[in-house]
Amino acid sequence: MSDTERTKAPEDARPAGQVRQFELGSGPGRVLVWFYGVFTVAAASRSVVEMILDFEKAPLAYMLSALAAVVYGFITYSLVRGGEKARRAALMCCAAELAGVLVVGTWTLVEPSAFPDSTVWSGFGMGYLLIPVILPVTGMIWLRRARTP
Amino acid sequence: MLDALTVAVAVTALALAAWCGHAAYRDQPTKDWHFIGMAVVSVLALAQLLVGIVQLARGERPDQGMTIFIAYLIGAFAAVPAAAFLSLSERTRWGSVTVAAGAVVLAVLEVRLYDIWGN
Repeated sequence: MSDTERTKAPEDARPAGQVRQFELGSGPGRVLVWFYGVFTVAAASRSVVEMILDFEKAPLAYMLSALAAVVYGFITYSLVRGGEKARRAALMCCAAELAGVLVVGTWTLVEPSAFPDSTVWSGFGMGYLLIPVILPVTGMIWLRRARTP
Repeated sequence: MLDALTVAVAVTALALAAWCGHAAYRDQPTKDWHFIGMAVVSVLALAQLLVGIVQLARGERPDQGMTIFIAYLIGAFAAVPAAAFLSLSERTRWGSVTVAAGAVVLAVLEVRLYDIWGN
């Protein structure tokens, strides 16, 4: 497809797609945008700084923090974007996020030696006031309720 | 670092959180007075950022590393303005909740800043 065709396509598709283009990032969703935004910045800057300073110290922990940052970033973007497709994508990411927190949280407690340095999700996000484990649950509740009838 | 300033930022941030939390409880969006409150907290956070930079320039060093200290200083300065920006386009009680959450995040960052600087 050429560029000119591509720019035309959204306009043609809009009437059908626009009808149910609802917002996920307003109302209670605005609070979620804030928290997901904060955690994107926190996880991303944390993993970048740690990787630059001393990647060899705990590569697994830093990679997991980076992965968390990517997931948080994608959910933030989906919430801001809105629409059914973004809602489904965000819902799946929230589920993946919750699974990640639970797996990494349990892993850090069972086998602390695998993690010379902590991650964002260590001990179920204890270092972050347990918000990492509360956030995906709240997110999923909101995303399910925001579904269009 | 200036402990008095850290405490001042944390206390005003918590007061702002309570104020905006109260507005949310009464089902109100953030109003002009709230934004003045946010400005006050932001100015204090900016002062802290500047004091932190000056102290680094004078050769004083935080216990847990300079990069982390600077990252937290910038984060502390950006927290409330970012939340204020989100609440500008959310004229419901949820805008107030966002600012309250932002102020709580700032208070937590202040505690971390205190630890990072040490002694």
